[in-house]
Formats: sequence, C-alpha cells, structure tokens
Amino acid sequence: MREVAVVSFAEVAYPRSEDDEVELISAVIGRAMTASGIAKSEIGFTVSGSCDYLGGRPFSFVTALDAVGAWPPISESHVEMDGAWAFYEAWVRLQHGDIDAALVYAFGRTSQGELRDVLATQLDPYYFAPLWPDAVSLAALQARAMIDKGICSEKDMAEVARARRRAGAARRASSPVEASVDALLASPYVVAPLRSHDCAPNSDGAAAMVLAAGDLVKRVARPAFIRGVDHRIEAHALGARDLSRSRSTELAAEKAGAKGRHFDVAEIHAPYSHQDILVARALGLAGDVAINPSGGAFGANAYIVTGLGRIGAAATSIIDGTAKSAVAHATSGPCLQQNMVCVLGGER
Amino acid sequence: MSEPVKGIKSPVRLEYTVSAGRALSRFLAALTEARLLAGRCSVCRKVYIPLRSVCPTCAAPMSEELTIADTGTVTTFCIVNVPFEGQTMKLPYVYASVLLDGADLPILHLIQIPAEEARMGLRVKAEWVPPAERRPTLESIRWFTPTGEPDAPFDTFKEHL
Repeated sequence: MREVAVVSFAEVAYPRSEDDEVELISAVIGRAMTASGIAKSEIGFTVSGSCDYLGGRPFSFVTALDAVGAWPPISESHVEMDGAWAFYEAWVRLQHGDIDAALVYAFGRTSQGELRDVLATQLDPYYFAPLWPDAVSLAALQARAMIDKGICSEKDMAEVARARRRAGAARRASSPVEASVDALLASPYVVAPLRSHDCAPNSDGAAAMVLAAGDLVKRVARPAFIRGVDHRIEAHALGARDLSRSRSTELAAEKAGAKGRHFDVAEIHAPYSHQDILVARALGLAGDVAINPSGGAFGANAYIVTGLGRIGAAATSIIDGTAKSAVAHATSGPCLQQNMVCVLGGER
Repeated sequence: MSEPVKGIKSPVRLEYTVSAGRALSRFLAALTEARLLAGRCSVCRKVYIPLRSVCPTCAAPMSEELTIADTGTVTTFCIVNVPFEGQTMKLPYVYASVLLDGADLPILHLIQIPAEEARMGLRVKAEWVPPAERRPTLESIRWFTPTGEPDAPFDTFKEHL
C-alpha cells in the first residue's frame, strides 16, 4: 500500500447557520489549503460528501463546487454519504500513484428540515420507509436491545453523553450539560430509553481535509499517516441484524489493523450515547485511550460532516502532537448499519 | 393463487425551511427596492449577478458590490410553445438570457415581445412591478421590454453566450 497522510483539516459548525453551502465550504477549504502548504494546482483529485435530502433539492454538490474554483477543469467526484466515504475514495485514488494530493470536503445544513424524518427516506422503500420510523425511534430500539442484554444502562448512557458534551463544549455547536447524572436521569424520554441528552445535537457545518502522498508528504512537518482503513456494511433490514453488537465495526477494525493495538486517541462517530458505548466495545479499545476528546457528535453534529470530522479530529491530534497514534470511526445508515475504521500514526 | 402485487403507494412528504445564504439573501432583498445587486471578483474582475459570496472560477471572494443597470441585451432566447401547470403567460412567449449592462453573466427572464420578433442583440429594459407588489424574488421584474435602441452588435456579447 502506498503511504498516504492527512496533512490538514478544518471544520465549522453552528447550531444554525444562515450561510449557504458555498459560504460554509469556502471558509473550511481556505483554511485547510493554507494549513496544508499545498498549492491548489498540486491537488490531483477533489471529492465531496453531501446529502440532497437535507435541503430537499437535487445536485447541491454541483452548486457547492463554486467554493472549489473548478477552473481550469478538475478531476472531481462525490458521494451521497458522510464525508468519511469521500475520504476513503480519495485514499483509494491516491493509491493509483499518479497523483500526490487530494482535497476532501463535506457539508450539511441539518437545520433546513427535520433530520429524524429525513433519515426515514434512506430505509428500504417497500417494507420499512412507508411506516416512517424516525431515526430517533430506530436508535431507541438499538438502545433497548443493548439494555436488555445488560451491555449498558441508562445511567451509563447519561454519563457518556455528559462527558462528551463537556468535552465538545469548545466547539460551541451544542449546549454543554451542567446537570448531574441523577438530574439527567430524571428528565423525560424523547423516545424511551433515549432522553434528550442521549441524542447528539443537529448542527449546520462543513469540513475540509487535504491528503498527500509521495514527495508532497516529505514537505509536511507532521503528517498523520493512514496506517489502515476499511469499511463494512450490514443488512439493510434491521430485523436481520443483532442491534446490540456492531459486527461491521468489528470486521472493519480487524481489517484496518486496529485490533489489539494501543491508541492515544479514539474518535467515534456516535450520534447517540449508547452507540458510543457499542462502538468502543466493537473497536476493543484499551482502558487508557482518550475517547472523543473533541466531544465527537455531541460537540457538533452536522449530518454528513460528523464522520469526516472524526477522522479529521483524530488526525489533528497527531498533527498537533497531542497523540502519537489514533483510531477514527465513521458510521452511515440506521443503527450503525455501515462503519469505517481508520488507523492513524505520526511516525514516518 | 392471488394476483401478483405490481405496485404499492408510498407517499413521501418532507417540509423544509431553506435560507438562501448571505449573498443571495441580500440580492433578493434589494429586488424589493428595484435594485439589481452584483459582485465583482477580486481576482478575475468579472461582475456576477446575482451577487454571490465566491467567484465560481477563481474561488475568490468578491472585492466589490455594485448595483447594476436594469437595461441589457438579449444574448440567447427560446420561444415557449408548451403549456404547463401554473403558467401565467399566453403562448407563445419569449424566455431569454439577458446580459445586463455591466454584468458578465446573463440572467434569465421573460421578454414582452411578439415571438416572431425575438432576436439576439435585442436591447431591453426591466419593467418593475409597483413598489407595493415587490417581493424578494425576480418576479418583482414583470418582464423585460424592448427599449427601441438599435440591436447590439454580436461582437459586444459573443463572450457571454
């Protein structure tokens, strides 16, 4: 495998933004490009992640290209998925060996609609989507399955939610939790067994990342090398899966080389507190790893951006020297249907 | 054996509240004052209408905002002969790209002219609806009407087709 590194990352997130897609993206692309030290002319591949269902209009990724300056014509691609999968495509493209740098970005304006309903449209169209099960209700099914198996309790979930919200407070896209765990547990359910603190906020945001390989990496003072990356998917039908276990995360972790390894930092993409617990188990994380020092999805959660954001936060911990090794996780689909695991390290 | 199921009905309805973004919102607001707000790219100096935050060619910010004239030149046009729901114009009618004077990008609008008289180079001017009827939409311009000036030579707009 060709060695590819994350050399820069930038994100913006707000509870709600009046910026359009281009305005959100141009801010982060500018910052990521400047921090990378790589010129626009050296970027051989540009790839984005976005979701047209968020704004209810087609081809928003084409409009978004205004922020890139696609002239002279560029080599460009797009995934209708979290930006983590755009990152994966860029990594694959860099494996070809003919280009040395790629730009990845993602954007999501969740405030335009009701995300829990919008996400119902990703379900199987014959048996499931016509019933309109909203995303929070499906996540609650999973939390219930975990509680029934004794994997976690509502108290465990509240503790995780509280810790993540506190860690992510600096990103100012969600409200930090001041209440005690006991007080949280006295609050009403949104959909039992999930309470409002168990659900990550919905944000508007964007993120951009520059990847480099070959000679270009040698120029970079402290790159975050991708040591392994893999993604796996489970059955579309929720009834066909054991929701209390994330087999696809386990498999991706194994294939990415994360199993049995020590990490300084783990960034988990979990929009619900019980999923944070479930993914940490599936990754087999050792006790002294710092889980979601960024707050993860509880710090900011712009749908489509959050997974790329976890890879970006993990890479940033290496780039800024706070970690020597990190693992990042991204998810897509209902109840952790599809999962990506990326192992990052700083040593050349 | 029962009849095979050949289809199901599965209605989808989602509601959105979409904001136009900072630059486009200002362009739309200016329409209520019968002003056409444009922006000049800080790198290539091209003038974009509607106002936008970033030049799509250079990915550079606008260096200047300007109100441009409501007169311009028809660059290309089509004659609409097909009825569709919600249509307000009597068929056939003319829909055209109008290059406003001072702009580098045409906008699309209706031209109030008999279809057989539509042509490239036609000089036109916006007809604004009365102030009380203006809204943050291009419908605040009812249509463009011919000014009666001589047609613009092709060379003056050939770069903007």
